[in-house]
Amino acid sequence: MRHGGPVSWIVVAVLLAGCGGAREDGPTITVFAAASLAAPFEALAREFERRNPGERVALHLAGTPTLVLQIREGAPADLLASADEENMARLREAGRVAGDAVVFARNAMTIVTPQGNPRGIAGLRDLERKDLAVLLCGPEVPAGRYARRLLEHGGITVASRSDEPSVRAVVTKVELGEADAGLVYRTDARAARDRVGEVEIPAEENVEARYPLAVLRGPREEAARRFADFVVSEAGRAVLADAGFLSP
Amino acid sequence: MRGGVAVARGASRAAVLLGAALFALPLIGLFSRAPWGELGEIVGDGSVATALGLSLRCSLLATALAALIGMPLAASLAGPATAGRTALRVVVTLPMVLPPVVSGVALLLAFGRNGIIGGPLYELLGLSLPFTSAGVVLAEAYVAMPFFVLTVEGGLRARDRGLEDAARTLGAGPATVFLRVTLPALAPTLRAALLVAWARALGEFGATITFAGNLGGETRTMPLAVYAAMESSPGAAVALSLVLVAVSGTILVLMRRQWFPVR
Repeated sequence: MRHGGPVSWIVVAVLLAGCGGAREDGPTITVFAAASLAAPFEALAREFERRNPGERVALHLAGTPTLVLQIREGAPADLLASADEENMARLREAGRVAGDAVVFARNAMTIVTPQGNPRGIAGLRDLERKDLAVLLCGPEVPAGRYARRLLEHGGITVASRSDEPSVRAVVTKVELGEADAGLVYRTDARAARDRVGEVEIPAEENVEARYPLAVLRGPREEAARRFADFVVSEAGRAVLADAGFLSP
Repeated sequence: MRGGVAVARGASRAAVLLGAALFALPLIGLFSRAPWGELGEIVGDGSVATALGLSLRCSLLATALAALIGMPLAASLAGPATAGRTALRVVVTLPMVLPPVVSGVALLLAFGRNGIIGGPLYELLGLSLPFTSAGVVLAEAYVAMPFFVLTVEGGLRARDRGLEDAARTLGAGPATVFLRVTLPALAPTLRAALLVAWARALGEFGATITFAGNLGGETRTMPLAVYAAMESSPGAAVALSLVLVAVSGTILVLMRRQWFPVR
């Protein structure tokens, strides 16, 4: 076997160093955001950087409970945008929140179907049908809790074929035709509207998902506060509205 | 000169300690944060027994499936190198290097309700593998099989062919040679191959949750249960992890002769 020259070892060393967790002291703001906020927060981050030259926003997206767990275990987050108030409350109890959390957006649930709604689903009541494969998120993620709350509220019993780990997984499996319907956020159905069908749930049968935002204790509270202010500003709201979120 | 040897010895000892710490620290982390007081309550909950039972059942079936399909593949790969064998090797080894989630997506596109095979299967027989225990077995077998195939292939290559030649000159047919000579000589390798495949199947997560989904009693194996618990109550996740550590530890103890060199 031919051994790599010293150059290749240097390359490996540099790559390893690049992977290191060393935190830069630059003006980077690390934003932890719920997976359902992916599209608008990408846009918000880029727009914020454009308006504030020299500042950088690093986005970390995952299910809200995962984010809260990571922050409690010491992840270097400066800001949390959560998909529900329960998880934000948990973080506040852990003493990581600086100041108050503000609700910056609202969302609602909707039914997604494969394109063209081949099984003719008309509303929530249809999800009880035994011949349908319906997917919900697991009860541990906010979308799963909202879905269950809404079904319980309407007295509807749905046998979920699988407790999916995220709304994204539900949308994908419905899109692939592995399931006939799924309960997801309105915004997820909007984002995938050229790949899946949507059956809207009337407001009186729906639940309200509230997204709180909080600056976290740490060395960059001030910079994080500037980004938080931008999210709730007129311009920030417009980006969120574009993605289908309702104003608070 | 002697000083140099001592320094080298010290350095290598430090390197070993550092390496050992890297493996030991996460385990110590698990033990230090375990909710010992509520351990019985969490583990005694029926859902843990269900997940563990499902994990054991599916992983054993997956290992059997991997062995059944993998054996002829290993025998073929052990033959002289040809272009066909090289292609076969790439296809068989791929699941070993692919991220398991990608394997899950690939399985979905092949065996899902709209998949290449899954589509006709569903149309004709109403069979659908995703979201079933059979789907879990398939996902686990898919990612575990390369470990079985490559281990057996290595054993076949390294075997002493003299015995087989002797059996043939004594008049044994190919089937007799394989069953009476090759297979018994291969027994230790087979045991090791079954073990690594089983260990891989037992720990399988990504392909399972992607292809088979996550439903209690049907597809929620132990790794999936740990993941779900991590999102709601980290204490329960640590407790479930300890159960898995205990199961894996037991396997290690039972199989110590295969994995640790005999003194």
